[in-house]
Amino acid sequence: MRKLASTFTGYSILIFFALVFIYPFVIQIANSFKTEPDAAASPLSPFPNPGTLAGFERVFSGTDLPIWLGNSLLVTIVVTVGRVFLDSLAGYALSRLRFRGRAALFGAVIAVMAVPGVVLFIPKFLVLNQLGMYDSYLALILPVIVDAAGVFIMKQFFDSIPAGVEEAARIDGAGAFRTFWSVVLPMARPALITLTIISFQGTWNEFPHTLVAVQNPALFTLPRGLADLVSGSLGGGTQYPLKLGAALLATIPVAVIFVIFQRRFVRGANEGSDKG
Amino acid sequence: MPTRRSRARDDATGWLFVAPVVVILAVFLLLPILMAMWVSLTSWNGQGSPFRSDVPFVGLDNYDRLFTRDDLARENFMISIRNNAYYVAIVVPLQTALALGLALIVNSRLLKGKSFFRSAFYFPSVTSSVAISVMFLFIFSNSGALTQLLDFFGIQGPQWFSDARGVLHLLLGMDTPPAALAGAGPFGLSWWEWLAGPSVAMCAIIALVVWTTSGTFMLMYLAALQDIPVTLEEAAKLDGAGRWQRFRYVTLPMLRPTMFLVLTLGLIGSWQVFDQIYVMSQGAPAKTTLTPAFLSYRTAFRDFDYGAGTAISFVLFLIIVLLTLFQRRVMRERRS
Repeated sequence: MRKLASTFTGYSILIFFALVFIYPFVIQIANSFKTEPDAAASPLSPFPNPGTLAGFERVFSGTDLPIWLGNSLLVTIVVTVGRVFLDSLAGYALSRLRFRGRAALFGAVIAVMAVPGVVLFIPKFLVLNQLGMYDSYLALILPVIVDAAGVFIMKQFFDSIPAGVEEAARIDGAGAFRTFWSVVLPMARPALITLTIISFQGTWNEFPHTLVAVQNPALFTLPRGLADLVSGSLGGGTQYPLKLGAALLATIPVAVIFVIFQRRFVRGANEGSDKG
Repeated sequence: MPTRRSRARDDATGWLFVAPVVVILAVFLLLPILMAMWVSLTSWNGQGSPFRSDVPFVGLDNYDRLFTRDDLARENFMISIRNNAYYVAIVVPLQTALALGLALIVNSRLLKGKSFFRSAFYFPSVTSSVAISVMFLFIFSNSGALTQLLDFFGIQGPQWFSDARGVLHLLLGMDTPPAALAGAGPFGLSWWEWLAGPSVAMCAIIALVVWTTSGTFMLMYLAALQDIPVTLEEAAKLDGAGRWQRFRYVTLPMLRPTMFLVLTLGLIGSWQVFDQIYVMSQGAPAKTTLTPAFLSYRTAFRDFDYGAGTAISFVLFLIIVLLTLFQRRVMRERRS
């Protein structure tokens, strides 16, 4: 009897928190399919009455969302490919190659991870402006195409591969890059997948960097366009189905990847935190 | 025995591998910081290059304005520091406790469907901060979802994002300052203003942030919980320890390092709040959601006062670096 009671309490708490964490998304999805008066009158209801695609139609016809979507895809793919390749190159060198300055460089990578991105807004703008890159795709991509945390993750992974693996390749006379590319990298698949996912998620969601890199609406990514769409009319109840629909579209790609690769996300989160 | 030539070749290979990362971090991280240090000593207005000789050099004046001069720049800066301090004081304990609670629930042996709930709690952490802010703008909008929910329980909710009243003032039920607090306090703000607490609008942002970040920290607790040997708990059980005692004297001490990590990561992270402010309030109402990060952005890119904007960034940088150094030091001591 006591056990039953405690199970009941346990599940009640669990369901309460599950509602707190899931219901906002239900509200978002439901209201993006509502008419404006319906969304204003019954925002809590999970059932659109009547259901309509008007919000989404206006997202596609009345805003630049198709352009933002294209830019987001382009930037995210290029940055992710770049990060995975360049971070593993550096991570491999820091883990396996002997060269002067290696220890100092690794120290520098650790130090860089501690630099808070938020204090770099104006500085990054200054450098992009000075180099004549401001307001270009290059400005969106180049400054974020490597990241210290990714280098750290890859180095840790390569540290865990036994050294004997490369010996055979070395004896066969393969150069450092050949060894890296065709012997070590294929073994690093789990770490590469983790890094791909974190990079994709991070870049897809990136907002402040786009604020200081571009101002031309044709170069906006999804988060930037979305922020632009809402920050104009504060607190007003206007056009919420449209805004929620646009926000939903920005959420879906990461949600899909999250569902498929949950475990990787979990691992990535813990590795990222374990750097102190 | 490596020859000198092979040593040089090794050096070249190594640096070639790290070259892209080194160059990009140098150009887009180190160089910007140096440039910004220079700009913070000038009154550059965004026209042309900040390194031309006709840009006025003002020394430490921009920093001076933030702390000692009685003008708008200092008022805004001190308000932003106050707002962020209250924000940190509430967000950090709340997210630390909520994350621990969620981890304990998910980890409990009684329940089924653990991985579903773990994902549900973690999902907000991986979602775009802008998209989530849009969602919460709707939920907290006037007569929106939350207001209707509170209505259902007979509570009249506030007009969240237009309510600048400080919650400490509200708790005390005071509209106007008592004579003792009306006078000028430190750095040009009155004691009354310093002691306002977070505004109602800021509380909405606090709720959103706690909701989004708890999932990440929950995962850290979960990893630590899984490292606690089952035998330890069973031994305590055999010794007749009740559930609460087992939690208090077995589980909690084992979680202490993780709790320290969560607390300090939270401290470091919550001094950087920006995205949510930008999307949801832009510092309004009545500057009560202004934070140093947003203020530095606004000062530079809206008021074209790049000198003061970068000076604010560097003060914020200092706060965060001190917190980080403190964290790393304690963790290193504990490890050795």
